[in-house]
Amino acid sequence: MASLGPTVTVSVPEAGHGGGSTPPHYGGDGGGPGDGYPDYGRRLRRARLGLAVALAPILMFFVSLVSAAIVRRGLPTFDGTTNTYMHDWIPVDLPFALLLFNTGLLAASSLSAEFARRQITRQAALAPVRSIPGVSLGRETGVPWLYLTVLLGAGFLAGQWRAWQELAARGFYLATNASSSFVYLLTAAHAVHLAGGAVVLLYAAVVSLFHKPIEARRIVVDVTAWYWHFIFLLWVAILALLWLLR
Amino acid sequence: MATLAPIHAHAAPQGFIRKYIFSLDHKIIGLQYYFLALAAVFVGMFLSLLMRIHLIWPTAVLPWIGEIKPETYLSLLTMHGTIMVFFVLTTAPQSGFGNYFLPLQIGAPDMAFPVLNMLSFWTTFVAFVVLIAAFFVSGGAPLHGWTGYAPLSALNNSGPGEQLGADLWITSIAIFCIASLMGALNFITTTLDLRAKGMTMMRMPLTCWAWFVTAVLGLLAFGVLLSAGILLLLDRNLGTSFYVPLVSVNGQLMGHRGASPLLWQHLFWFFGHPEVYIAILPGMGVTSQVLSTFSRKPIFGYKAMVYAIMAIGFLGFVVWGHHMFMSGMSPYSAFAFSIMTMLIGVPSAIKTFNWLGTIHNGRVRFHTPMLYAIGFVSLFVSGGLSGPFLAQPVLDIPLHDTYFVVGHFHLIMGVAAIFGIFAATYYWFPKMFGRMMNETLGRVHFVITLIGTYAIFMPMHYLGMAGQTRRYSQFTEVAYMTRLIPLQTFMTYAAFITIGAQVIFLFNLFWSMFKGPKASDNPWEATTLEWTTATPPPHDNFGGRTPVVHHGPYEYSVPGAAKDYVMQTDPAGVTAH
Amino acid sequence: MGLALLVIIWLITFVSTYFFVAKVWWLPHGAAAAAPWIDHQFALTYVLMGAVFVAAQCGLGWLVWKHRDGASSKPAGYSHGNTTLEIVWTVLTAALFVGLNLMGSHVWASERFEAASVGAVPVEVTGMQFAWYFRYPGPDGKYGRTDLKLMDPSAGNEAAIGLDTSDPAAKDDVVTGTMYLPVQREVDLTLRAVDVIHSFFVPALRFKQDAVPGLAIHMHFTPTEIGDYEIACAELCGLGHYKMHGMIHVVSQEDFDKWLAAREAEKQ
Repeated sequence: MASLGPTVTVSVPEAGHGGGSTPPHYGGDGGGPGDGYPDYGRRLRRARLGLAVALAPILMFFVSLVSAAIVRRGLPTFDGTTNTYMHDWIPVDLPFALLLFNTGLLAASSLSAEFARRQITRQAALAPVRSIPGVSLGRETGVPWLYLTVLLGAGFLAGQWRAWQELAARGFYLATNASSSFVYLLTAAHAVHLAGGAVVLLYAAVVSLFHKPIEARRIVVDVTAWYWHFIFLLWVAILALLWLLR
Repeated sequence: MATLAPIHAHAAPQGFIRKYIFSLDHKIIGLQYYFLALAAVFVGMFLSLLMRIHLIWPTAVLPWIGEIKPETYLSLLTMHGTIMVFFVLTTAPQSGFGNYFLPLQIGAPDMAFPVLNMLSFWTTFVAFVVLIAAFFVSGGAPLHGWTGYAPLSALNNSGPGEQLGADLWITSIAIFCIASLMGALNFITTTLDLRAKGMTMMRMPLTCWAWFVTAVLGLLAFGVLLSAGILLLLDRNLGTSFYVPLVSVNGQLMGHRGASPLLWQHLFWFFGHPEVYIAILPGMGVTSQVLSTFSRKPIFGYKAMVYAIMAIGFLGFVVWGHHMFMSGMSPYSAFAFSIMTMLIGVPSAIKTFNWLGTIHNGRVRFHTPMLYAIGFVSLFVSGGLSGPFLAQPVLDIPLHDTYFVVGHFHLIMGVAAIFGIFAATYYWFPKMFGRMMNETLGRVHFVITLIGTYAIFMPMHYLGMAGQTRRYSQFTEVAYMTRLIPLQTFMTYAAFITIGAQVIFLFNLFWSMFKGPKASDNPWEATTLEWTTATPPPHDNFGGRTPVVHHGPYEYSVPGAAKDYVMQTDPAGVTAH
Repeated sequence: MGLALLVIIWLITFVSTYFFVAKVWWLPHGAAAAAPWIDHQFALTYVLMGAVFVAAQCGLGWLVWKHRDGASSKPAGYSHGNTTLEIVWTVLTAALFVGLNLMGSHVWASERFEAASVGAVPVEVTGMQFAWYFRYPGPDGKYGRTDLKLMDPSAGNEAAIGLDTSDPAAKDDVVTGTMYLPVQREVDLTLRAVDVIHSFFVPALRFKQDAVPGLAIHMHFTPTEIGDYEIACAELCGLGHYKMHGMIHVVSQEDFDKWLAAREAEKQ
């Protein structure tokens, strides 16, 4: 026969509670968020699972564009004036040096995102220790990895914008030909996804000023950092494709 | 001994806006989706009524609407298809009932990401508003069909409605893609991560399996539709040539060159085929659930049913070319697609055999949900068996783009899937609203709708064999088609009666919400988790307690058990499952 | 209610089956070489699917009546299924469906995998909003240049398809709005479209193929009976889709030659 445990109703800690003063709760039995001691371990795993799932449609979106590009490259069109099929793929003269430099920026940002992720993991792990009265771990002089990631990401986007200007100067606009259309489309779609990630990282960085619990911030940074790595690898793949399609 | 740990997903909201408008509660969100779909289906039915009237009386001048011109007819049919496929069939069975009952049936307090859930509903709502706006802009709604083939959909001057109306149509679909992806993310994460203790995947009700696989289909398909739509917007507005080769419209040479109209078809149908399985799978799940409950028997072949759902989902991604046999695609590809298409008929057949096997040796109770589940099986058989005709390219030659196809997909999507929604409504109404729907009105509604929909859609097969092509706004120009008009007239009258009968359902739904007899917690004596909790369920679903599951979902008529059903949470032993 | 369901389901089944069996509305009489093969495959599919349809629907009606609560005092049978049965009917269904498909595949192959034979009558069909034009390449056997820039639909025939009259190969091209074909000779059809996708559908000849802008699609068929056959556009192409109607006149070889010669003469 079922026996009831005590039903505990605890008020949910709102933002502004003060960073780190309530020790975050890990593991344990099925506590969902909001019982006063949100099970951050479960929430982190759930958020990571959510990200993994979310990456699938993003991948499908780019796979769709890429396969359209590959097919289009090999596609012959019927020309009534000659009554024959002809190929009309004119490769784009891409500013590869600039694109490689941008890639370097993005690689650096991926590295700094990873450092930011580990940094906040460490901070979150140490938070309970920090809250013990009389214990001091000294001031943590950390490199602002999070802000650095956002900066490098912004640098990449600025570099991409510069690359578009360079393309335009070489006479390749969005509708110039099939090849240029795909170049703009793929790079713009990637930039949009990157910008989304940058906005979230900026939010995570800024919100630390408002004393949200460090564990909650850790989840945001962790998931976004993994997303960031994915977006970096995606860029490498797109760049490789643009190289192969030229 | 059941362990009940204290849980509390998030504090119950206060205030009307947080409780009913921007609610984070999956139950409210599920109802929001359901009522959006309800509004959409009446709009869609009204459009189809106008279509049927025009086909029989092409020169009729209707009150307030005026005369329906050929291009208006095509806009009606475009919007009818788009509204029904997206805002009814992709919304009510999955986002409506799935949102409400997935967490309940797996023993969770809510979906994995409640804020995302709220956003996904409101994004869907915005998509609907954008779509309806197409009726009211200059040029009106687009005329290119819900399938939107390029270049017709990609050229501003290919017809009335192809200007701003077409852009709004594409934008609405793009917004809908985003909303669906958000929903799919939630469904998958919830199913994988929030099941209660003892609720293994193989103990989940088949409704949960259906919602899960449907969400996976949506996750992988909607991204492709989004890319297709973006390419179309670019072709239409920024002069690119993804879909449009060099063409001349009415003597006017257009600035595109070198592209392939077939690219749109490939991208669209890569989405479009999984989409039709998204429309039907939840209905199959509900049918399994209801047939088992009201036959007082476990579902026949639970494991086979799960594998069948997964097979349908997987195969659904490799058959899209069967929409393109006549398109100019390579005939060798056509052959490959046709083999895969025949194969996808196999898991569908397995499910049908298992449904019959569930009823066999049962003790059938004819409450309204059961009537609709039985109707679903009949309609699925009828609509499904025209599939093997269309799946063979050589038979597709006379049948493609005729009313045969229209009959096929209406019987499955336009009727069977709708019967799935009806079954779910009558089945879960007591749990959602705490009252019972009226059985007599339900029976009347069922009988008229079953006979009426057969009367509308079965004749379409005859028309198709006789060569009646689709999307013709009138039949007066082609001699062999004028001979078929009497059958069209019959269908229109059947449509009048059937659409009229839906008012019975509407009345029953709303009247019963306020005046229906009060329902107990488990009026159908069913076994799944939603029936263990109060009616309607409290904010966190299980009143501060996590359920613990000991059995599979369909333990009916267990020999030696006290009652003819054993709930999933009942700790009493049963032969292992 | 069980009995009512049985009656309703059986009635619906028998009424719909009656109209199928009685062929009240059916495929039109086939007048092409491929028609017997296509019709045979159609009949085979229809008989098999029809049998399954009747069996499944009648089985459903019977089961819900037979096992209605109250029919007997036995409790429902507790069973989770029967694996052997599952395997058997899965294999049988797969064999039926795949077998049916493979049986029809040789017809598809002969229709679509192979090109037209040598000596087939060449005709080019061009679809546009909202008319069909037919072009015969004339004695030189070559289609002349067409250019979309030269298109003028209001001027009819040659101008409508943008024929470049300065091209020597175009001088003997005959462009008409009605199609004539000689009976019992294979046709080497080239399908084109100038604006949107159309579809060339002739029910009596069991022929359908989309006409796609940017492609010149080669198809073949052989009309076997003299007569007039209607063409209906079978791909939504705009507001005039319903009236994009055409006609094929299948005539004897002599009549065809006479007609073509008359058209050539008109061009001089």
